[in-house]
Amino acid sequence: MEEVLTRPSAVSGISRALRTEEMVINMGPQHPSTHGVLRLEVVADGEIVVDVVPHMGYLHRCFEKHCEHMTNYQQVIPYADRMDYVAAMSNEFGFVVAMERLLKITVPERVEYIRVIMAEFSRIVSHLIAIGTYGMDIGAFTPFLYCMRDRERVLDIFEQTCGARLLYNYMWVGGLSHDVPPNFAEKVKDFCTYFRPKIKELNDLLSYNKIFIERTANVGVLPAPVAVNYACSGPVLRGSGVKWDLRKNDPYSMYDRLDFEIPVGKGLRGTVGDCWDRYMVRIHEMEQSVNIIEQAVAKLPAGDVQSAIPKRIRPDAGEIYVRTETPKGELGYYIISDGSATPFRIKVKSPCFVNLSALPAISRGAMIADMVAILGSIDIVLGEVDR
Amino acid sequence: MKEFLISVLQNEILVYSLMAVLPLIWVIPFALFAVWWERKISAHMQDRLGPMRTGGWHGWSQTIADILKLIQKEDIIPTAADRKLFILAPYVVFVGAYAAYAAIPFSAAYIGSEINIGLFYVISISSLVVIGLLMAGWASNNKWSLFGAMRSAAQIVSYEIPVALALLAVVMVAGTFDLQEINRAQSGWFWNWYVFQKFPLLFIAMVIYFIASLAETNRTPFDIPEAESELVGGYHTEYGGMRFALLFLSEYANMFAVSAIASTLFFGGWNSPFGDFLSGPWWGLFWFLFKGMAFIFLQMWLRWTLPRLRVDQLMYVGWKVLIPFAFVVVIGVGFWVMAVR
Repeated sequence: MEEVLTRPSAVSGISRALRTEEMVINMGPQHPSTHGVLRLEVVADGEIVVDVVPHMGYLHRCFEKHCEHMTNYQQVIPYADRMDYVAAMSNEFGFVVAMERLLKITVPERVEYIRVIMAEFSRIVSHLIAIGTYGMDIGAFTPFLYCMRDRERVLDIFEQTCGARLLYNYMWVGGLSHDVPPNFAEKVKDFCTYFRPKIKELNDLLSYNKIFIERTANVGVLPAPVAVNYACSGPVLRGSGVKWDLRKNDPYSMYDRLDFEIPVGKGLRGTVGDCWDRYMVRIHEMEQSVNIIEQAVAKLPAGDVQSAIPKRIRPDAGEIYVRTETPKGELGYYIISDGSATPFRIKVKSPCFVNLSALPAISRGAMIADMVAILGSIDIVLGEVDR
Repeated sequence: MKEFLISVLQNEILVYSLMAVLPLIWVIPFALFAVWWERKISAHMQDRLGPMRTGGWHGWSQTIADILKLIQKEDIIPTAADRKLFILAPYVVFVGAYAAYAAIPFSAAYIGSEINIGLFYVISISSLVVIGLLMAGWASNNKWSLFGAMRSAAQIVSYEIPVALALLAVVMVAGTFDLQEINRAQSGWFWNWYVFQKFPLLFIAMVIYFIASLAETNRTPFDIPEAESELVGGYHTEYGGMRFALLFLSEYANMFAVSAIASTLFFGGWNSPFGDFLSGPWWGLFWFLFKGMAFIFLQMWLRWTLPRLRVDQLMYVGWKVLIPFAFVVVIGVGFWVMAVR
């Protein structure tokens, strides 16, 4: 910080004869564009950001400590829901996959396919929120409500399946809380045919809007080496042109049997790794998710979704680390079991936390308005950053 | 109209006061309506309904209820604020916005003051607004408010140049600054309107004026001083209750003022589009308000469609796009006018 403060204000081009001061401003924790309770300490030279320090922890809820004090492992799942609350299904998915590997049980194919469908739906929901709020950060209000409208459709499917719309407690260790309703396949196909044109509508309204491109292209460029060094993952990493997706690179569940592509940022409107690329990766990922859902529904076998649920969950003493690809990136669960009915330790590797750590590196020299654009393009959920 | 009122009331001071208050009778209901209208327009654009309950039919009295609520609010002045400036600022903003109405011709029979430099007066008096905004931002003693105030000062000052140049093109064609004269020069059918004269030069001038007027009234895509997602509220962050309502009212008054200027200078003002059909003082008032509201609708439409520009991009658009084009238009119109003579 000291080094930053004494730096001559070369960025602004103001001569040293004119005395200018850098100003420390607090963005957040009550600020509409920090997507929750994040505080950014911004050192600003006029409108230009000289340095930014994210302060997090306002939403810390002791997830990891809570897990150690459950009466059994199934009770961890509702807590996992509450980490990345806009994509709760994906959080559960990672935890149940980890537990099943720890317990060495295999679950019926029907369960796996339903989980994949739900996780992909959850990816669509999460990206819709990311895209909608991103538009709002840039100043376009309408796309946000269009995204919310489409999100409702998915939430209706979730609600019909498990009764909950936001936090589901749907995927259990070894199975699912409910089987899907009888008209599920039909509903899902309806959604897919409904949703594809809506992506185009979103592109027309926002993605290829001249002002939107001006605001996002060449802004907050995150070069691939920097992204890798910061251990970024998910759309943030892929936006920088790195083709890394755990669904392909470290397949879990049924992903190796499904045919889909990994979209990466190509720098079509600016530089590879700018905000527009990260945004566009999310749009393309939604298209791919629709493809995955259609395939999975077509392949959905019959069966009992609760047959493999263990009566009591007491894994042997040992440890496991399982990572899955959530909408935000690589979500890792590190579980240590001491052979009892509760975990000895659970550590979560949060993609949002890791991606957020790259924020200062890419926002130095940007403008205050760009800060908002960059933060929005990283797409953090504070529930997961703080846990 | 002034002569008529003097002959009826026999008291000049009373007449002048009445004439001064008349636009207010339009501005306040207009602001109430426009806020409701904007909510409904945005709602219908966004697959929502907007206010539906207050007052029964489509929430028509929602803004009235809002104003009643704002009047009842506690009058909060931040301890660290500069009290005098903080209290004064909303009035300065409102005076700047409202004073422009003195020279706006509502109808062939009604104009607050028919001065021969009416347009000049409107342009200059509406610049007062920026002083009020600066005062509000500075007096709030809040970094975000200051950002908003600085941005709006830079923005409004730079966008006044293309506005003035675009209007100058019309003045060169009309040969007068008198707004009533400009209106009369456009009488007849709608092809006499200045927007269709010296085609396409004055049409370009109209587009330049409209874009720049969006920036002057802080509307999207130039709502940078208020930039909800960056500065939260900009210069009016610290204002609450009636002071906030006054700032809000001035914003809408300003919106209508620029729309009124656009319709007067380019779209015939109170002239009927169909020659003598549906024309007269009352029809004139109708056409004038109708044209003004059409521009207001256009402003709202843009607001709910477009994202926001960044500060430097805004300056780029102002200085490097609009001003050169405006100069070209002024020079082109000048040559045309000279050649025809």
